[in-house]
Amino acid sequence: MREQTLTSGPDTTRRQFLTRLGVLLNVLGATLIGIPILGYLAAPLRRRAEQAWIPLGSVAGFPAGETRLAQYENPFRVPWDGVTAKIPCWVRHVEGGTFQVFAINCAHLGCPVRWFQESRLFLCPCHGGVYYEDGSRASGPPPRGLFEYEVEVRGEAIWVRGGRLPTLSADV
Amino acid sequence: MASNDDDTHVPGGATGTPGRLGRLGAWLDARLRFSEQIWPELAHHVPRSSASFWYVFGSATLLCFVLQLVTGICLSLVYSPSAAEAWASLEWLTYREPTGWFLRALHYWGSNFMVALMTIHVVQVFFFGAYKYPRELTWVVGCFLFLLTLAMAFTGQVMRFDQDAYWGLGIGAAIAGRFPFVGAIVVDLMLGGPIIAAETLSRFFTLHVFVVPALLLALVALHLWLVLKVGINEWPMPGRLVTRERYLEEYHQLVAEDGEPFVPDGVQKDLVFSGLVMVALVTCAAVLGPSGPNGEPDPTLINTLPRPDFWFLPLFAAFALLPAYMETALMLAAPPVLFLLAVALPFYSGTGEKSWKVRPGAWILVVTVFVTLGTLAWLGIRSPWSPQMDAWSATPTPVEMVRGRTPLQLQGALIVQSRQCRNCHALGGAGGQRGPALDDVATRLTRDQLIRQVIQGDGDMPAYGKNLLPAEVDALVAFLVTLHPANEPPARDAATLGPGVAGAAR
Repeated sequence: MREQTLTSGPDTTRRQFLTRLGVLLNVLGATLIGIPILGYLAAPLRRRAEQAWIPLGSVAGFPAGETRLAQYENPFRVPWDGVTAKIPCWVRHVEGGTFQVFAINCAHLGCPVRWFQESRLFLCPCHGGVYYEDGSRASGPPPRGLFEYEVEVRGEAIWVRGGRLPTLSADV
Repeated sequence: MASNDDDTHVPGGATGTPGRLGRLGAWLDARLRFSEQIWPELAHHVPRSSASFWYVFGSATLLCFVLQLVTGICLSLVYSPSAAEAWASLEWLTYREPTGWFLRALHYWGSNFMVALMTIHVVQVFFFGAYKYPRELTWVVGCFLFLLTLAMAFTGQVMRFDQDAYWGLGIGAAIAGRFPFVGAIVVDLMLGGPIIAAETLSRFFTLHVFVVPALLLALVALHLWLVLKVGINEWPMPGRLVTRERYLEEYHQLVAEDGEPFVPDGVQKDLVFSGLVMVALVTCAAVLGPSGPNGEPDPTLINTLPRPDFWFLPLFAAFALLPAYMETALMLAAPPVLFLLAVALPFYSGTGEKSWKVRPGAWILVVTVFVTLGTLAWLGIRSPWSPQMDAWSATPTPVEMVRGRTPLQLQGALIVQSRQCRNCHALGGAGGQRGPALDDVATRLTRDQLIRQVIQGDGDMPAYGKNLLPAEVDALVAFLVTLHPANEPPARDAATLGPGVAGAAR
């Protein structure tokens, strides 16, 4: 009896039809639910293009010839970011009114580098990466120099373009 | 309890005229079919030789997992998985919530116990050849359980949303950013955006409490199912070779001739050991307490020294020690390749000898792996490659090195301190170990070589030519050439005649 329904016969087409309809409807339903879920999961990728100009404060706060720690608020912060919305960076006022702004993250594995005014070097506490004052690699494991922000001086204020954690595949 | 010779006996099922409780039991059993479906599984026969204290580590790992579920659920009642509040809620849990510190300690030590017991379990399984035919799939599933448990340990470290967690995520992102082509995508998916922020913690929380535990539960069920269906490994005997043709027959014969029901006879040692594990866990938690959190995850507090938890120290050390040219390739390729080699083990070593007594290769492998991991972990704790960031201002130059020196040499000694040389170079045993100690540097380098080294540096030392005036280099080298033991002369340049370096002699 069962074998018959699986092969042919007048009342088997109805069963076959229902089976196929059932499979089809479920595939359709799963697709309708699955596509928005995949889109939701991929949402972080769409935010990637986001970069914003951020004010770092007055030029007067960064004397010529010195490199100082500055901080800004992540321009894409959400209210529940808490302290993680605060992003530090190193601002170097080169003699002559031009500025360099470096990401805090070492190019090796992202640890926060520290500036030493006396030896004019950035040192990384994790694996001993060293950078010169212009951000170029001096020694140690980093494969490149410090990540550098795009800088603009608008009137009396320094602006940088940022909002991203710099890694070897995506600069700040 | 059930008697040994009656395997179908149901525990709790009363004999004789059933009372109220007995009738309830019988009714439940009629509905649940416990005595028909479950009890035979529990009472299935195992080789008598498998009821050994060497076979208790799997069940002890499972016990830890269950305890982690319980303590984890408890912690989630108070913990706030929000970047703005996680740290504060942990402080509250640790210092204000009654017994909150103890639950945190139980969860922390539970994770350590789980990884440790799981590691012992893997080594035992490997030494006893339990991964061989026909238990290949049990081993494969176990490998994934191992990976998922480490994933729990890593994501759990992020839950302790402190400075280590923040910079640990930074390190993770920096590694992910090294993937060719897809690096940026992987980073964004890992962090939930272009930067470490609220969504980063939220997604690690989701992984830690929903996704990974669900996968663990499913795979644990599969692992146990396989142990039940394929049967526990018998005690391996040298000379009793595993062959695909005869093994199953031999195993069934062994179980029939020299077997015993797992419950109650095979489970006693598991019970004893599980109890001991719980007592040890409570002791560790009560005496040693929870771990962290350390400082608030404020990225602008940059005077921090990120360190991973113990189980990731070997990886942390390996990343520090890899030569630059192979660094990215090894970081990205070595973990999956090693994992696949482990997963595939029963497929290239699935038959033959099981016993550790006649498998010297197994010994060599296990000893090599653990000596390597142990050395790396030890190096990771000491981190000699990390500069000591405050050495220049916190560790004075030993007095005997400046006593009786000329003004120029003293000037050089000042430069060694003030230009952060000590952050990487030790003097008198204090200071960084990133570069060689300078105590006897004059015996290794001549005056000219010292000048070259200071000015040009090398791959591991920055070139100070840009950052020191010629007069400062002069003074620095004048001091460095005095750094040699009294009974050992400074290095001399064989090409120059005469007694060597002027001004170096004391």
